[in-house]
Amino acid sequence: MIDLLSPAFLITFIVGCLVGTVPLMLAALGETIGEQSGVLNLGIEGMMLVGGYAGYVATLSSGSSWLGMLVGALAGAALSLVIVVLNVWLGLNQIVLGIAVTLAGGGITSVLYDQLYSKTAPRADTGGALKIPGLSDIPVIGPSLFSQPGFFWVTVALVVGVGFFLRRTNWGLSIRAAGQKPASLDAAGGSVMRTRSQAALLGGAFAGLGGAYLAVFATGAFTPFMTNGLGYVAIIVTMLARGRVLWVALVSLLYGVTVALGTVLQLTSLDIPTDVIGMLPYLAVMIVLVVFARSVYISPALGAPYTRGAR
Amino acid sequence: MASERSGRVRGIVETVVRSVLPVVLALIAGGIILAALGKNPFVFYGAIVENGIGGTNWEDSLVMMAPLLLIAVGLIVVFRGQLWNLGSAGQYLLAAVVVTGIGPWALKTLPAALAYLLLAVAGAATAAVWTLVPAWLKARFGTNEIITTLVMSTIGAGLTNILIENVFQDPELNTPQTSEIPIADMLPFIPGTQVHVGFVVAIVVAIVFQVILSRTSFGLRLDVFGASPKAARHVGISSKRMIVLLFVISGGLIGLGAAMDMMGEWGYLRSNWNPHYGDAMIPFVFLARLSPVGSIPFVAFYAVFATGGTIASQQTGLSVDFLSVIVALILIFMTITEYVGTKRRLGQSYLPDELKNTVRIPFARLASRSAA
Amino acid sequence: MDQPAPPLIALRGITKAFPGVIANDDISLDIQRGQVHCLLGENGAGKSTLISILAGLQSPDSGRIELDGETVRIGSPKAAMDLGIGVVHQHSTLVPALTVIENLMLGERGLLQNRARAIARLDELSGLLGARIDPDAHASDLGLGQQQQVEIAKAMWTGTRLLILDEPTSMLTPQAIDSLAESVERLTAEGLGIVFITHKLREAYTMGDCVTVLRAGRNVGHISTERMAELSEQEAQRTILTAMFGDDLAAAGGLEEAAELAGATEAERETEAVDFATRPVRLALRGVSTAGSTLDAVVHDIDLEIHAGEILGIAGIDGHGQTALAEVVAGQRPAASGAVTLDDVDVTGLGVRGRQTRGLRYVTDDRLHEGTVGSLSVALNLMLKRIGQAPFWRFGQIDREAVDTEAMNLIAEYGIRTPSSATRAGTLSGGNIQKILLARELGGGANVVVVNKPTYGLDLKTVRLVHDLLAEFAAGGGSVLLISTELDELVELSHRIGVISRGRILGVVVNDGPTTAEKVGELMIGGDHDGE
Repeated sequence: MIDLLSPAFLITFIVGCLVGTVPLMLAALGETIGEQSGVLNLGIEGMMLVGGYAGYVATLSSGSSWLGMLVGALAGAALSLVIVVLNVWLGLNQIVLGIAVTLAGGGITSVLYDQLYSKTAPRADTGGALKIPGLSDIPVIGPSLFSQPGFFWVTVALVVGVGFFLRRTNWGLSIRAAGQKPASLDAAGGSVMRTRSQAALLGGAFAGLGGAYLAVFATGAFTPFMTNGLGYVAIIVTMLARGRVLWVALVSLLYGVTVALGTVLQLTSLDIPTDVIGMLPYLAVMIVLVVFARSVYISPALGAPYTRGAR
Repeated sequence: MASERSGRVRGIVETVVRSVLPVVLALIAGGIILAALGKNPFVFYGAIVENGIGGTNWEDSLVMMAPLLLIAVGLIVVFRGQLWNLGSAGQYLLAAVVVTGIGPWALKTLPAALAYLLLAVAGAATAAVWTLVPAWLKARFGTNEIITTLVMSTIGAGLTNILIENVFQDPELNTPQTSEIPIADMLPFIPGTQVHVGFVVAIVVAIVFQVILSRTSFGLRLDVFGASPKAARHVGISSKRMIVLLFVISGGLIGLGAAMDMMGEWGYLRSNWNPHYGDAMIPFVFLARLSPVGSIPFVAFYAVFATGGTIASQQTGLSVDFLSVIVALILIFMTITEYVGTKRRLGQSYLPDELKNTVRIPFARLASRSAA
Repeated sequence: MDQPAPPLIALRGITKAFPGVIANDDISLDIQRGQVHCLLGENGAGKSTLISILAGLQSPDSGRIELDGETVRIGSPKAAMDLGIGVVHQHSTLVPALTVIENLMLGERGLLQNRARAIARLDELSGLLGARIDPDAHASDLGLGQQQQVEIAKAMWTGTRLLILDEPTSMLTPQAIDSLAESVERLTAEGLGIVFITHKLREAYTMGDCVTVLRAGRNVGHISTERMAELSEQEAQRTILTAMFGDDLAAAGGLEEAAELAGATEAERETEAVDFATRPVRLALRGVSTAGSTLDAVVHDIDLEIHAGEILGIAGIDGHGQTALAEVVAGQRPAASGAVTLDDVDVTGLGVRGRQTRGLRYVTDDRLHEGTVGSLSVALNLMLKRIGQAPFWRFGQIDREAVDTEAMNLIAEYGIRTPSSATRAGTLSGGNIQKILLARELGGGANVVVVNKPTYGLDLKTVRLVHDLLAEFAAGGGSVLLISTELDELVELSHRIGVISRGRILGVVVNDGPTTAEKVGELMIGGDHDGE
């Protein structure tokens, strides 16, 4: 049995935490932007898969993981156009559309992967970690926290950025109003449709980023249906965080901890079936949801299409 | 009189068009995707028909209809109450593992009829119990049931694997799977066919629920609840009781479907197998306007499509997940067809006002610029 | 000689049709600077549509709008704002979860919020309105009077030449109405043009410099500023009423009746006086409280008694626990403490259906989403509260013929105008939907009926009908708990009037003379002071 406090163990644990946290955090950030504006994106799972696949392919063919992330974001945003046009513009049922986007995203990436890569299953070259000079020499957190891929730090910046954007800009104010009481935004001269479209596109891009991070950095390869419900966890994180970006980060981190716990449990001599370990994070999420069910919050106008003059 | 009849005929034609058109459009769009992947769509669709109906394959399709139809009715009941049970996969798997887990023992020790009944009840009860957490959260706190059923489904699938590998594992095999129900002990066939009686059970259940939903006081209460929970409260319907009841019925029917499928078709369950029947049924129950009997032709269509499609995919070297792309396309075209139909009926423009302005303003600007 | 200056805004031949109804039919009118122009008309006369057009929420089918003599197109709310048209809508447009200053900044351009500039602008407007408002208070925490001040500030945020107030007094206490009048006076002194919309004649006369009357989408009468100054109050009223009712004046029951319907005069009690000491108590509430998270969902320690044949009115500003009171009586909301008794039997533990069968009924104010199910037929809507009961259901199975026969009877009895009993209820007009509710609740063994805002949003003829039905019901020995925000209605129908504020009954006034309204008003003001 390995020593639970040995540096090697702690490094594995921290790295595992971050690997589990970042894709979820990105997706949940996107979902938060969407939900704040009143768009419930149930297709997030499909967008993550499409983003993951596109990011993987782009990284493979260009050799640049940065380009891979960009393509992943664009792919997620492109798929969210379905939501933008059919839900935000025409007011069609968001639940049905969300299921459709999830099925389509999962199906098409599986078909394409099967056609092109299933025989060779190549791994994406991420270009290694970005070792931050000086800090990466600190014991334990140096080789873990400060030796993350460069995009990890972009994610940190995005968290701060989205928090600022929602609270301190007029754009963010419009987004919050669109989710709380769209008629007010309309009466104030803003455009509910434009605001929600922008938010839904951003949400799709973030979901795509989350999926791409999962494929490119967390596992190094795409596999069909690799998100395995992570998108729905992102929606739960969003529900629990109630629009507060710091909480999105914290709840995502909590999820990452349970993922990492599973990973390190496998390193111990305890004989725990992998199925149990795989289930742990979902179980944790469900328990948190049951405990905090009272405080789960949903924007009053969430998912209701806005029609001017309708009450 | 004549105009009334022609009006009714037009109504029927429109309903049929609205129900069939999305499927046709999805198949066309799917064909285009197939062509883009370098496959001949005509060959692919031809292979589906051949393998779904040709020879004795129609019997395989009917066999598949048994669980599909029961799950469809299970979804119809909750959807009518405007509740979303999207966790059918986990409910189905848990029911299936319980049925296959205790099946061999039950069929060995009990008279066959009693054993079938016990297994059917066990399957239904297991799946129904699995809906209780989402149902309770929804009833007590209004927690979004879409998300909770989905997550419970993931947990259910994991729990199924654990049960297979640790509790019901066939000791004589190395692959993770339950012991098999001996072929002789499985559900009997309808005389003269290779279709087990689960198919009959499914049809009967569909008819019974058709009557319940359209003719009884429970059906009307359900419609009031689905149309407006506020109105339901006003007329004295307890929404908490209704939510739990609907989820339990839904889960029970899904579990019954699993029991029929396991007792009549498979006889065992291996780990990581997940047919995702419920996801595929979602568009079709809506196309059938949430009518149990109305859903029968749609379920039959999908059963042929899936039975033939699985083989056709293998023949053409395509992942079977292509079928879920088609299902997704049907969903999307269904919402669009509904939208166009509603707008046409109301005589409204197809574009919302704000969108029209967005389109018009650039043109107006262009015009004013060119005028200047 | 110079041309006279063009009016601030001129509407020319504005027409707007919706499926099945012409909301505005060739309306023309002028609005001058520094004047209050009253738009008067009953519900459905086309006032709201006209406002929507000026606010850029709707586009007219034909006609044009001139601003300072130049034709303008108001294609969006933003365009209206840019032209200097500010609107205070009848229903609050503040976002409850945002602060006052965030609400005011909503819709501003530029990436970053400019808070300092916004606060400076709020100070400026506060001076003009004569109100002080904490910029960081959440909009949901403001009293109704303050909310309205913020709404006006919001309408004037980007500099306004024309201010439109849509039914601004409907939610206010008499005292808050006075302070609104003061604000309006200050604003006209600054040269603003003000459009003041109301359905109350008295208000139009006191507030307006000139009055335009709308009926069925048409401009049916205008009294210019000069005429207004010449006419005595009574003459002005007569002119306006003739315009408002036209040929229907006789149908409405003559000038006097019409004046009363249109809220021209102080209302008087019309039901007969009854000595209640000799009559049994039908419904009693003893120390009833409810739990809830919003103001309207909570009542505290309610004690009430209603006798047989009595109409007990409940006055108060909308959203002060009226819904909770109605629901706790009807059995839709559990009482956290206290007891409800019906004919001396404790029914606290019974639900809706148990009380329904004992003759306790509830006509809800949310006709469209609570009282009826729009997607179901008129017949089923009439039977909603008898689902599963014999003889309409046997062994759980519906007897469609029995249901239809009963429905046809009720349709005939209450004069519900519907193509057939199978028509979907959602397609009927508001007045006919209200008749469905009344037919369902007042018929078949009703003893006590709770009525919540029974005439809200109805045209005057249906209002008359509803009043007659309720008075008749009481005359026949039934008891009514009449909850309303219309003081005139309460005074006309009730034997006693209780005042509710923040979920408490502040007092009950016996309706026995011309001073009732005044007494009720005093109670209401007291309540409002307590709260803020």
